[in-house]
Amino acid sequence: MLEIKNLHVKLEEEDKAILKGLDLTVEAGKVHAIMGPNGSGKSTLSYVLSGKDGYEVTDGSAELLGEDLLELEPEERAAAGLFLAFQYPVEIPGVGNMTFLRTAVNAQRKARGEEELSAADFLKIIRAKAKSLKIDADMLKRPVNTGFSGGEKKRNEILQMAMLEPKMCILDETDSGLDVDAMKLVAEGVNALRDEGRGFLVITHYQRLLDHIKPDVVHILADGKIVKTGGPELALEVENNGYADILAEVA
Amino acid sequence: MALPQVKQSALEARLEGLSLPQTGAWLGMAQSDALTRLNAMGLPAPRDEYWRFTNPTSLTAPVPTPAALFSPQDEAPMFDALDRLKLVFVDGVFDADASDEIALEGLEIERLAEAGQADIHWAKDIYGKLEERGQDPVQRPLATLNTAFATDGVLIRATGKVSKPVQLVYLHQDENSDAILHHVIRVEEGAELTILENGPAAARFNKVMEVDVADRAEFHHVRTQGRDHERRAATHIFARLGAESLFKSFTMTANGVMTRNEVVIELTGDNANAHVAGACMGDGDFHHDDTVFITHDAVNCESRQVFKKVLRNGATGVFQGKILVQPGAQKTDGYQISQSLLLDENAQFLAKPELEIYADDVACSHGSTSGAIDETALFYLQSRGIPHAEATDLLTLAFLAEAIEEISSEEIADDIRDRLEAWLLRRRG
Ligand SMILES: Nc1ncnc2c1ncn2[C@@H]1O[C@H](COP(=O)(O)OP(=O)(O)OP(=O)(O)O)[C@@H](O)[C@H]1O
Ligand SMILES: [Mg+2]
Repeated sequence: MLEIKNLHVKLEEEDKAILKGLDLTVEAGKVHAIMGPNGSGKSTLSYVLSGKDGYEVTDGSAELLGEDLLELEPEERAAAGLFLAFQYPVEIPGVGNMTFLRTAVNAQRKARGEEELSAADFLKIIRAKAKSLKIDADMLKRPVNTGFSGGEKKRNEILQMAMLEPKMCILDETDSGLDVDAMKLVAEGVNALRDEGRGFLVITHYQRLLDHIKPDVVHILADGKIVKTGGPELALEVENNGYADILAEVA
Repeated sequence: MALPQVKQSALEARLEGLSLPQTGAWLGMAQSDALTRLNAMGLPAPRDEYWRFTNPTSLTAPVPTPAALFSPQDEAPMFDALDRLKLVFVDGVFDADASDEIALEGLEIERLAEAGQADIHWAKDIYGKLEERGQDPVQRPLATLNTAFATDGVLIRATGKVSKPVQLVYLHQDENSDAILHHVIRVEEGAELTILENGPAAARFNKVMEVDVADRAEFHHVRTQGRDHERRAATHIFARLGAESLFKSFTMTANGVMTRNEVVIELTGDNANAHVAGACMGDGDFHHDDTVFITHDAVNCESRQVFKKVLRNGATGVFQGKILVQPGAQKTDGYQISQSLLLDENAQFLAKPELEIYADDVACSHGSTSGAIDETALFYLQSRGIPHAEATDLLTLAFLAEAIEEISSEEIADDIRDRLEAWLLRRRG
């Protein structure tokens, strides 16, 4: 599904390398988790994959279903099936959440040569999905993320993911700022989307989320590289002992 | 004080082609009086402080710069879908045949030239009077010129809740037309009236609208200054608001080499509300100036100024806005925001927001910003699959939203949104 090879990324504006030879493959139907110390490059990886400006790929490759991601515009990556749930979802005053979602869904359908959803069909689908994430009608009407609480923003990210039905989902610390109940809702939202044709990359600092979204593979990212890969037990090890042991072991 | 020689000769040159006001009836007297006032002030000149950001030359020149006729076929005429009473002016001259029959409960409409001959008339206390009050502390000679030389216009009096909006349509059929129109509007106590205005009007258009809103009356105004690019306009609205009255005015401007819209409002009765808003989009050789002056002279009044400008490709936007709170105008709530969205590096926005407050128990705020599209928001939209151009348009419309929200009618607001969207769509690269 997602295949990243020897990815080197530096900041465009300054001579600062952030990703330093990252290798990672996520297979369809699998959930991979990435953990790693603050500043190790997790969000940078998610941004580079989704096409944010300001980064320069100096070496390596990233493919989604065999297609070179790095060549595509952000919107083309989305239409190709990539989705990023942002660590910090963006507030957009003046653009209604519903308008935004309908524009996004239809833009992707158009890009893939599919028929656009009618307003009525869209409404039916979004109402059902919003309900299961406990997102009320008022939140759908309000401007995108504007004035949303931290937890509401994260649930809104999952709603977008549910509506767009991407093939490859990257979740950047979607659990941070969530209370216990919201965490469950979000995990249920993710689990509902799990299927054979879909891959997940879940970036998190805590085992807690992984109790609900059971990963198949856990990676440790440190200083711009995957330094260790293992099963779910690796996350437990981080939870109990922090990163010191692992980093010492690979040094 | 004697007028400087340059100003004197510029005024003489301008007045040369205009026929002197007739004396006699009330209108003639008001016009002669205006001419006297005009002679004392002269015309605006490029050095004048109030014209620092906008060059008045093309608005004051003896003859107008010709403007090519333009009638877009890709859009329905503005306000066509609404049930309204339509009054048509062609190059500044009322066209009775093209206009609707004037028969609406609670509404009186007369032509300026005819009503001006009457012995007594309600408009006598307003025509040129509100304009004259608006000359202090800043002079607005183009409005005085209008009062002195207006040849047409309508006097509209609402005595009840008027069931339909009155639409003033300004058609442009002569490339050299130089139109001077003067309307007087009186909304009587407790009455409600909506005025719609649209159309290019003339190669050069000087328009004054004096609006007297009585106690507990409501006046709503939506105007669009159309897509025709070459026309030049200097417009003034002078409004006086009675107690508990409401005044709402919104203007959409798309294109136009030269537009100066002045709005002068006096809140004279307690608990009155005045909202003025504008959304403008400029592309290329475009100059748009909103000059607003709001005077609070009563207790517990609210005023809002919301002006948004989208500029690209060499366009210039200007905002001069002032809130003046007179002594004793306690509990004033004054809000003013002027913002520009610069879609490229060749556009400019010049703003002069001002507050002048002589009362101690007031809440006034003002802000002015100028910025580019928010890259973070743009990326967020793109990451959801919305193409760059579409995402930019979405953010541009979002930028204008606060101004459009000032329109009371949802139907009209939706229509304005659609037209702004279409304007953006036509410019997609
Ligand atoms: N645009 C930028 N300008 C300057 N520094 C940047 C930029 N983007 C990333 N960095 C730096 O790159 C490093 C990696 O940042 P990144 O956000 O990817 O870390 P992270 O692993 O997601 O951390 P966290 O766990 O705190 O979210 C940090 O040192 C960060 O300061
Ligand atoms: Mg991060």
